[in-house]
Amino acid sequence: MSTTEAATETAPGLRVVQDATCTFCGCVCDDMELTVEGDRITKAKNACVLGKAWFFNHHVEDRPEALIDGQPAGYEQAMDRAAEILLSARFPLTYGLSDTTTEAQRVALAITDWIGGIVDTTTSVCHGPSGIAFQGVGEVTCSLGEVKNRADYVIFWGGNPAESHPRHFTKYSLMPKGEFVPNGRKDRTAVLIDVRKTKSAKAADHFLQVKPRRDFELAWALRALARGVELDPSIEETTGISLETLEEIMDGMKKAKFGVILFGMGLTMTRGKHLNSEAVLALARDMNEHTRWSAKPMRGHGNVTGADNVVSWSTGYPFGVHLGSGFPRFNPGEFTASDVLARGEADAALIIASDPMSNFSQPARDHLEGIPSVVLDPKLSDTARTASVAFTTSTYGINTGGTVYRMDDVPIPLRPAFDSPYKSDLEILRGIESRIRQRQLAESLPDPAASGA
Amino acid sequence: MSSLRITGGTIYDPANGIDGDVGDIWIVDGRIVEAPAEPDASADRTLDATGLVVMPGGIDMHCHIAGPKVNTARKMIPEEKRTAEPVRRTRLTRSGSGGSVPSTFATGYLYAGLGYTTAFDAAVPPLAARHAHEELEDTPIIDKGFYVMMGNNHYVMKQLAAGEPGRLKAYIAWLLQSTKGYAAKLVNPGGVEVWKSGGGNVHGIDETVDHFNVTPRQIIQGVASTVQELGLPHPVHIHCNNLGLPGNHATTMDTMKSLEGYRGHLTHIQFHSYDGDPDDQSTFGSRVPELSEYVNSHENLTVDVGQVMFANTTSMTGDGPLGYYLHQVTGRKWFSGDTEMEAGCGIVPIVYKQKSLVHALQWAIGLEWYLMVDDPWRIAMSTDHPNGGSFQAYPEIISLLMDRERRLEVLAGAPAAVSDRCTLKDLDREYSLNEIAIITRAAPARMLGLAHKGHLGPGADGDVTLYSPDDDIQRMFELPRYVVSRGEVIVDDAQIMRDTRGRTLYVEPEYDPDAVDDIQAWFEKTYSIQFRNYPVGDHYLQDPLVVPTS
Amino acid sequence: MAEPFILIPGRTSQQGVTLNEGKYTEGYRVEISTLQVAPEDMQRLELEDGDLVRVYNEVGEFTVPCVTARGDELPPGMLFISYGDNSSRLMGGDTQGCGMPDSKGLDVFLETATVSE
Repeated sequence: MSTTEAATETAPGLRVVQDATCTFCGCVCDDMELTVEGDRITKAKNACVLGKAWFFNHHVEDRPEALIDGQPAGYEQAMDRAAEILLSARFPLTYGLSDTTTEAQRVALAITDWIGGIVDTTTSVCHGPSGIAFQGVGEVTCSLGEVKNRADYVIFWGGNPAESHPRHFTKYSLMPKGEFVPNGRKDRTAVLIDVRKTKSAKAADHFLQVKPRRDFELAWALRALARGVELDPSIEETTGISLETLEEIMDGMKKAKFGVILFGMGLTMTRGKHLNSEAVLALARDMNEHTRWSAKPMRGHGNVTGADNVVSWSTGYPFGVHLGSGFPRFNPGEFTASDVLARGEADAALIIASDPMSNFSQPARDHLEGIPSVVLDPKLSDTARTASVAFTTSTYGINTGGTVYRMDDVPIPLRPAFDSPYKSDLEILRGIESRIRQRQLAESLPDPAASGA
Repeated sequence: MSSLRITGGTIYDPANGIDGDVGDIWIVDGRIVEAPAEPDASADRTLDATGLVVMPGGIDMHCHIAGPKVNTARKMIPEEKRTAEPVRRTRLTRSGSGGSVPSTFATGYLYAGLGYTTAFDAAVPPLAARHAHEELEDTPIIDKGFYVMMGNNHYVMKQLAAGEPGRLKAYIAWLLQSTKGYAAKLVNPGGVEVWKSGGGNVHGIDETVDHFNVTPRQIIQGVASTVQELGLPHPVHIHCNNLGLPGNHATTMDTMKSLEGYRGHLTHIQFHSYDGDPDDQSTFGSRVPELSEYVNSHENLTVDVGQVMFANTTSMTGDGPLGYYLHQVTGRKWFSGDTEMEAGCGIVPIVYKQKSLVHALQWAIGLEWYLMVDDPWRIAMSTDHPNGGSFQAYPEIISLLMDRERRLEVLAGAPAAVSDRCTLKDLDREYSLNEIAIITRAAPARMLGLAHKGHLGPGADGDVTLYSPDDDIQRMFELPRYVVSRGEVIVDDAQIMRDTRGRTLYVEPEYDPDAVDDIQAWFEKTYSIQFRNYPVGDHYLQDPLVVPTS
Repeated sequence: MAEPFILIPGRTSQQGVTLNEGKYTEGYRVEISTLQVAPEDMQRLELEDGDLVRVYNEVGEFTVPCVTARGDELPPGMLFISYGDNSSRLMGGDTQGCGMPDSKGLDVFLETATVSE
């Protein structure tokens, strides 16, 4: 039952790792069969196009262990410098975390607590609004195996799984034969709601092309129909979808035995944001007056769901948590990474497995570039390039074990394929934490909480 | 070798027949030992306990502190957390948030601060066992473990329907080993599956579960007998069908009767002792007298209470349809989470109000249970944290049990009809310190089959709580003078002195390895993860301790 | 002459693949620097695949080559680009108190760029 049993040596220098886990997207498929030749994965059976790109391109690159101000340095020296930067900051930000193990995430939380910083994850710029919506109306949801075994009506909303989560259809939501849907795809009705007629439309029975920024209105209209409220045909001008179509969809939703809405960032990143997610969560909830319905955000990065869980169990709040007062405080918009950077507040950053320099707003990028930062990443990125200390790390799931939470909160173990000469996030973060603790305990530094920062 | 001597305390150690005797306790390397024979023996450290009350560390046998539903609840209630007293970071300890669902670090410190050194999460879906262990690892100081939900497990139901007790036995043992769990838990057996498969619930123990051709009675008896055959330290732990519904006393009585010939633990029994019409909340009342009479005369049964206290709290349960019911009753936000092949989950924030007839009756019904079960060894203190209230309410409950006047004062502030519908005002019993030590330490340890806990005899864990006697009983139990865990002083005058890691307790019942093929075949057809990735590896366990089966 | 459009930055499988190959590869750079335009708009604006266009709003701007969107994937009036450095240039810092900047459905202006960089 240990994680080593899955690897067999088939020939000298050739290993096969079964039931390995792909951590590229939130599907966290754990049925990979990896063929490993030396320090390269040469085959990735069961992997999708993204998974193959993930496994084939994370080989060991010849880079220094770390860079300090752009100059090559060893790990020890870099960890010393990282601890100094974080200890001397008054308003440090820890950010990223969605592409590393929960074991490493836990240490990042410890560091942020000890230094009294802010911790935020990539959640705040993907499904953070859905997290806020969840706090408003709750959520009726289920594990992906429930979708596989029971769902006879599936709505994809504001997402393009065919390109972003390529195996979702085949492994979980559309194609598989399940216990109560024995004929697989034939037993299911699939609807795609999006502003673009993406590749995913081909997989759906119905495509509803919603007008841009009208998702909220569409969800509200469906809620009204669920309740039996009469709607004016002008709903078509508002949403782009005729009343007749809406009624037909609602009829199908009510007749379903088990429906599910899988929604993407088309809802959370556009006008309305958490209100859009809230409307969709409320719709799925309301449908339980008729039959069973669930909703689920399609989470992106491999372990973003783990990050939500670790931040929540450590602090009580899911993301955007301020620990500078000596206890956790939560306020999206105030303590979220985009905001503390764009407002020019953070004075140092610890960034783990994320690249805000390439995907944050322009004002946030401008500020981040100018403050001292400690960056952990297996690959070179714009963020690593501008870092004061940039660590080269091994890759989770390929070189290091640990735990990853799938988009439905199911925790899955990793089975590394080959060793890396580089340290893992966990090892580096532990090294930084122990340096910080050593200084704090030895020098009896005043508790950061006492400063009331 | 490190040693601690606690000298001159007034000791309450009911398991060893010690009721308020003055004496010394010696702890060497974390375990209690006989006092040395030499009169001038000394220890590395001595605590002068003169005038202090000394008890074993507290044991919470039924609470919700780790795993997916607890963590979902944390995420869900920022409005409550914002106003709750936080746990501040110190030089030695991590920060956390408080309220009805504290963060993990806060949970460990708060339990320790109350003199509790052991706690069990009562409802973990097997698929999330790894998650529960990760959280428990981040829950400092206390020893811990969890119960594994299996009352709506498809494989369990299939083997019962097929008349395959051998496969059932192998599966339960395999499941406990795979999850590194401590006990078998049934939550609304069969009813959660009905909810998951199209809505609704079962309403009695002889209704048939759709698709599975099995009744709750069969699940209860099948798992109870299997747990007994496996020799697990704790008997089957049952959350009965129809929780919270007026008139559910009949289902509870049926469940108790169905356990004749088996050992069984009925949990949060308060929530299952109601009179009235299920469709009419105004008919609500207590049926504790007859149910407690049944428990008194049937030694195969133990209970914990699930006391309701008047406060803001969060209902969290593996009972999916109950979550929906609470959402409809309260109109509050609702989380529901169905786990494939295994379980459900419901979460709804709730406020228990003294002025509400139903809530005040629930409070009174809980107290009736404490006061009407004659033998304190068969009843354990619980609030079903946080369902009836927080574990932080235990000192207040202790004061209610030890002080009849205080109960009557609270009753006076509740609707007058409460006294017509229950017997609380007529109950004169007041608990002694010895009886408090039983229901908060010795009895839960015995129910859990933990020979090394809940007492202060040689070989026991060096977990000791020392209280300063106080006329204000609640204050006495809220602020222990010292708390000792494994022979180390963890709490001194309300300050956490050391941030230690507790132990994970679990069981490893044996099973026939040939039975695994059938489990694997079923698993690979139904689950969404790989069979090999299901069992929890040893490295997830913190200082693990396997509690032996008999 | 600039025209108003709605820009939808999003993920593509090509972006995911090239991301793994490395953010400094030609494949990734091309993927995040190509603007998809609906066929009707291409025709109306007399654009051809590969023509440089300048897209801007009150926050910033980028200039990239455009291509005709496949089939009916993109309705007229809408533009698509893979997430990356370019799309971030048009994202403002305001999150309306929720932590998430407007990252999809951005109001932008498009004009043909006469001179390449």
